[in-house]
Amino acid sequence: MTQATLLGQILDHANRADPYPLYAELRKTPVYREEDTNTYVVSNYWEIKGLLHDPRISSDARNLSPRAAGALPDQEEEESALPPTFLKLDPPEHDRLRRMTMRPFGPPETPRRVHNMRGELSKIVSDLIDDFGDREQIDLVDNFSYPFPVTVICRLLGIPREDEARFHTWADTIAASLDPDPSEDPTERRRIAQTARTDLGVYLAGLIDERRKAPGDDMLSALATEHGPDGQMSQMEVLSTAALLLIAGHETTVNLITNGMLTLLRNPDVLKRLRAEPQLAVPLVEELLRFEPPVQLLPQRTTLADIEVAGTTIPKGASLWLVLASGNRDPQRFLDPDRFDPDRKDNQHLGLGSGIHNCFGAPLARLEAQIALTELARRLDNPRLLEDPPPYRQNAVLRGPRHLNIAFDGCRP
Amino acid sequence: MAGDGYLEWMRREGRIVIVGASLAGLRAAETLRKEGFTGSLTLIGDEPYEPYDRPPLSKQVLLGQTSADRTALPQRMEFDAHWRLGVAATGLDMANRRVRLADGDEVEYDRLLIATGVHARPWPHEAEADLDGVFVLRTRDDAAGLQRRLVGARRVLVIGAGFTGSEIASACRERGLPVTVVERAAAPLVGALGGVVGQAAAELQREHGVDLRCGLMVTGLEGDSAGRLRCAHLSDGTTVEADVAVVSLGATRNTAWLADSGLGAGPRGIACDAGCRAFDVRGIVTDDVFVAGDVARSPHALFGYQFLSLEHWGNAVAQAEIAAHNMISASSDRRPHLWVPAFWSSQFGVSIKSVGVPSLGEEILIAQGALAEHRFTGVYGYQGRVIAAVTFDQTKWLEFYQRQIETAAPFPPPFPTVDRRPEGLRPVPADFPDPSLPTHAPSVTLSGYSPTDRRITFTPVRA
Repeated sequence: MTQATLLGQILDHANRADPYPLYAELRKTPVYREEDTNTYVVSNYWEIKGLLHDPRISSDARNLSPRAAGALPDQEEEESALPPTFLKLDPPEHDRLRRMTMRPFGPPETPRRVHNMRGELSKIVSDLIDDFGDREQIDLVDNFSYPFPVTVICRLLGIPREDEARFHTWADTIAASLDPDPSEDPTERRRIAQTARTDLGVYLAGLIDERRKAPGDDMLSALATEHGPDGQMSQMEVLSTAALLLIAGHETTVNLITNGMLTLLRNPDVLKRLRAEPQLAVPLVEELLRFEPPVQLLPQRTTLADIEVAGTTIPKGASLWLVLASGNRDPQRFLDPDRFDPDRKDNQHLGLGSGIHNCFGAPLARLEAQIALTELARRLDNPRLLEDPPPYRQNAVLRGPRHLNIAFDGCRP
Repeated sequence: MAGDGYLEWMRREGRIVIVGASLAGLRAAETLRKEGFTGSLTLIGDEPYEPYDRPPLSKQVLLGQTSADRTALPQRMEFDAHWRLGVAATGLDMANRRVRLADGDEVEYDRLLIATGVHARPWPHEAEADLDGVFVLRTRDDAAGLQRRLVGARRVLVIGAGFTGSEIASACRERGLPVTVVERAAAPLVGALGGVVGQAAAELQREHGVDLRCGLMVTGLEGDSAGRLRCAHLSDGTTVEADVAVVSLGATRNTAWLADSGLGAGPRGIACDAGCRAFDVRGIVTDDVFVAGDVARSPHALFGYQFLSLEHWGNAVAQAEIAAHNMISASSDRRPHLWVPAFWSSQFGVSIKSVGVPSLGEEILIAQGALAEHRFTGVYGYQGRVIAAVTFDQTKWLEFYQRQIETAAPFPPPFPTVDRRPEGLRPVPADFPDPSLPTHAPSVTLSGYSPTDRRITFTPVRA
């Protein structure tokens, strides 16, 4: 196996259903270099952990050397006219924006925001399952994993219920553009995505104006009006942060829930246990984040200096990939790593990252997945997979099934 | 008593006594049981309480967020032990392997663990220390008493701006109480973190409304006719009216009870080897007396094998676990305690954490962030190597610098970092006070490493 093909194989959709043997291959070379693109790939647990805390690693693409083009197809995202989100910034700008976003979301200022959403989340989940009606077969992605987090993010941001449908459509379109389908015309796709982004931007800008005049208890109001120790967010910063919360907040949760149900259906004993002991959901979701993390790798890092990692010097300005999903299965760190074991002890996985960029929405994502999986396990009677492996999305970074067709004998009340 | 046979017998039915029923004592007891010790286990503590956690005492308890009696340490497991609480150990007979207790009782042991910790250094003038309103803060009772007195206090005087003093001042300000802090050094936290970081800490205190007076001493506390604290006199001739004073002048190791035991115990702690075995006064390592926690003083490979005693929560846990393991293990299975010193503090809304031994640092470099923003990472250098790091609200970077310390990476760090500001580009003197100058009492200082430059200096107390 030559080096160039290994990265190519990881990006190749044919291997999407089970990239883990490729990661095992990758781990044999702790720092793997792809010549053409000057990309350095790190796949072992301790090395990734170290780099996530290394202040010589930048998340700001402006620090990439011109040579480091990157092997991924252009990710576009919210590249429009909006300023970069804190995901793609270094301190101190990163810290300032993240702090300001955290104020209305979590401790210390708002410690109960996520906790207080528990009832609402349960309600949304119940309603979605009720909507299965008397069907005995569904696509879990379209009927459940997708609408759930989008509805949640709407409630969190304070999108009025009557606008949720429009919002869902934009969200779907933008999310789809993150997952390029080679069979479609790229120009046309870009145009559609761009239109959706613009429409969403205009909509959010209008909503922000309303919230400035009459703030509510939602995050958009807080972002638009709060004046804390770091000052106030500009209109553009509010817009770009809201867009980040929207995209990062649901594209990942969809996959966490879908991967979760897929894993449970492949491990019927665990599914049975979850039905009997709902408190298993907490360690189970942690194990899922290790075993099938929705974000497989972080491709947006670069080096501010020459850095030695495991005997290899990564030059300044190189494109650096941290393969979280591979670190999570590193046998040097986890016993029997390819086994799904919700009772695993000391499960310090990399599924939500680590260091200053660790997943901002982690508390919400965890709760969403815990509630969703517990309810699915409780209410679906004799659920089973109709297709294994299911069809996967194109995306190698945000990896997950595009459809998950499951059958069941009925829905319990 | 062949080695292996004895050890097996010891693990099965030996008697282990732990003096000190706080964090280190508890964790050691748990470890002993977890590792299969089935003999008799006795824990002796001078306070009447089950083991409790101290960090909340100067924070949540003073803020009234929790009460002092709700700080019990969680037990990691159920274990069987004789608890002798509320009775202090008063002596040690090493020859006959007995611990003498204040109630006249004696407890025999086959292996002994000393984890007696430290106590708060009291105000030196006894009559003044006895005034109503004068406190120290070390125990649960101290915290409960102080917390009660803060209700309706007119002004709180904090004497000493180390970590405990600064945390007390922070809690008082958060409660809206007027606070005066008097610190003998040029800034708060100077002894632990040096003058550069101390200046940032001073700004932090002043921004939060503390009346901070540095370079001064309290020369006397004065009470009213009813014996209640009325005011304090300072060395610059001024007076502070205060009805509560908290004496935060550091800690003294609880070794007095070992005075004639023959153990290598003194005011700086009990010397032990890296495996937590205590030394006797002749410099011979004992094989049945072990030490852990604040009271221990052991050589550390990362810091030139200097004997360090660390008043750190994490150190107490790690050292207790190692000591317990070694107490019931054959010499070939023993492990060294090589914990990288680390501690944290929370004050004025800032989370302060450090790794390594900052006070050994000669120079400091602000590697990330800015002092003025009270959000930064300071890296300490000693002889061209990284020896410690401190963060103000930048905890997530600390792990990286810990590895720099562990690998004795070069200082100043030769690489750029995210959030590196122009003012942080150069190392500057860390500005620690001369360690040969005593802060609280006259003393004799032994300095120098090789016989040619070794000297003994007498330093009188400074006014």
